[in-house]
Amino acid sequence: MVKLKDLIQKEPIMEGGHRMCLGCGAPIIVNLILRTSDAPVVLANATGCLEVASTIFPYTAWRAPWMHSAFENAAATASGIETMYRALRKKGKINKKINFVAFGGDGGTYDIGFQSLSGALERGHRFLYVCYDNGAYMNTGVQRSSSTPFGAATTTSPAGLVIQGKLQKRKDLTKIVVAHNIPYVAQASPHNWLDLTKKAEKAFAVDGPSFLNVVSPCPPGWKSEAKDTIGLSKIAVDTCFWPLYEVENGKYTINYKPKEKLPIEAWLKPQGRFRHLFKPENAELLKQIQQDIDKEWEALQRLASL
Amino acid sequence: MGKLVALTGNIAVATAMKQINPDVCAAYPITPATQVMEQFSEYVADGLVDTELIATESEHSAMSACIGAAAAGGRVMTSTSSQGLALMWEMLYIAAGMRFPITLACVNRALSAPINIHGDHSDSMGARDSGWIQIYAENAQEAYDNQIQTVRIAEHMDVRLPVMSCMDGFITSHAIDSLELLDDKTVRDFVGEYKATYPLLDVEHPVTYGALDLQDYFMEHKRAQAEAMKNSRKVILDVAREYKKISGRGFEYFEEYYMDDAEIAIVILSSAAGTVKVVVDAMRAKGEKVGLLRPRIFRPFPYAELADALSNVKAVAVMDRADSTGAEGGPLFMEFKSALYNNKKQPLMINKIFGLGGRDLMLPDIEMVYRELRDTKNTGKIRTISEYITVRGEEAAYGKA
Repeated sequence: MVKLKDLIQKEPIMEGGHRMCLGCGAPIIVNLILRTSDAPVVLANATGCLEVASTIFPYTAWRAPWMHSAFENAAATASGIETMYRALRKKGKINKKINFVAFGGDGGTYDIGFQSLSGALERGHRFLYVCYDNGAYMNTGVQRSSSTPFGAATTTSPAGLVIQGKLQKRKDLTKIVVAHNIPYVAQASPHNWLDLTKKAEKAFAVDGPSFLNVVSPCPPGWKSEAKDTIGLSKIAVDTCFWPLYEVENGKYTINYKPKEKLPIEAWLKPQGRFRHLFKPENAELLKQIQQDIDKEWEALQRLASL
Repeated sequence: MGKLVALTGNIAVATAMKQINPDVCAAYPITPATQVMEQFSEYVADGLVDTELIATESEHSAMSACIGAAAAGGRVMTSTSSQGLALMWEMLYIAAGMRFPITLACVNRALSAPINIHGDHSDSMGARDSGWIQIYAENAQEAYDNQIQTVRIAEHMDVRLPVMSCMDGFITSHAIDSLELLDDKTVRDFVGEYKATYPLLDVEHPVTYGALDLQDYFMEHKRAQAEAMKNSRKVILDVAREYKKISGRGFEYFEEYYMDDAEIAIVILSSAAGTVKVVVDAMRAKGEKVGLLRPRIFRPFPYAELADALSNVKAVAVMDRADSTGAEGGPLFMEFKSALYNNKKQPLMINKIFGLGGRDLMLPDIEMVYRELRDTKNTGKIRTISEYITVRGEEAAYGKA
């Protein structure tokens, strides 16, 4: 099992000096996961904040082999790298164990990269796909994605005089990934480092594809304070907006049940993207959000009881 | 003397791939290229190659996986056609920009719409600015020979660029042709061992691929890519000559057919050249000084050499199996016009768009082009610069003359 004192002694694979925003969840998630790897890693990265801000030529923040080629293909790229590894290993040209990891935001994972992700999972490549889910296309300036929560204001789903932000519910990508029957799928959050690193450890251990969906607060997109990133990811879990759970070979386990589930307002209120929901005339929308979360949380508990 | 066999163009290419024995192939089926990967999959299933196959869920992912595999550090091949190449478009530029020596067997087919499965060059011609070297084969033999050479050209240290080896859909890909194969050892010795440069799998020496390249470096990297394409000119010749030594076959930048004393000539790519040769033979028998120039290499375009080949001709018809709608003629025509601009001797030049969506080009159609060239030469006047031939419609004056 991962120990904090061992973790912090490892050099970060994503080095400081990159240009990610203050309070961004992604570098925290990336380094926690990569420090957990028991073998050298080779990384594929979808186009997005993480890629753009970490590799402005001639600089790179990456201490491990890293590759970006386009937006929608991190999983396909990783599948090519992993396949070449198998080809060369078979020929005795390479012998050591390597872990393969692909990173994408929710745009590169839920939407434009969805097909390539699905294909790579179905083909059974041994790699870990990590989605840092900040709930919108943050790199291009906060446009809605299929992960954007209901009611959130983005630049392509603004809160206006007649429309109150995004009118559609989020896609439940984690469960869609589960439907691929891969050995390991989990949802995690950067505030719970122990849970996240345990999950990364399990993901690296399986012989096949694994997937981690990690909530990743984005101060410019969420219109939140940089200092609140870890706090907001904790509240996302305590309100059950982002339950921590894992699915090992089809078996659901909820890893954390809040003693007292917080009302969703506790998570929405500190985020400017939900400000309009607190107008008196939008009370119904808030109620609807709470109802949806309650329903999904119950459904998840039922799955975990099977 | 190699082994004489009867194969379709697709199987000939798959056989070349088997002999090359690449590390990874990633592909997605599409008519008429499907057979290449089907046949190759059988080789994989029977253990005749060491290749790891990735049957991706799209051509975009096929090329993406090829790019990942090439970066990882090994020899990579794929095959596609038409819509498949179009879906790869984004990744074609990335493969070239990242300087990966991936080779692709392109079985030429028309691009939609309207949807059509037959051969024309709109797919690869659309990709002519993607940074890939492009080679066009007349027949199954040449498709086989080119496929083997692509590996050497792509992987040459002065080049390190992807290469697309093209043959005509159905006409070449599906017709059974007789051809001569080299033995496996000769092919493997010819292509040699793959040399990986900065492989991702070298975890002791981590490298970053695909960094964000802004105003301060982008142009230098594109210039370096352009230099590599320039370097490929010599490499293409060297490889063709070396291949000729082991096979006794092949052309360099182009094939000249009765061009020495030709007064009028047709320029045409790929399989249609075979039909033109029949007409040239018949007209030569009657004493007419007609010739054919068939470019083999389209990218890099051998400007000086092709212009030189046409220097003594009085009138030329460049025939395009693809259009560049809105331009004055097809892509091949524009290149030739450009090639001849700085030449002291310039033939009169016309352009015919033919064979789109697999429309047949028959012997009388070609004879008509030569007759028009004869008139053009005699009168010194061009009737029309570019037009569609063998097509319905009032606007097509051609055929009424």
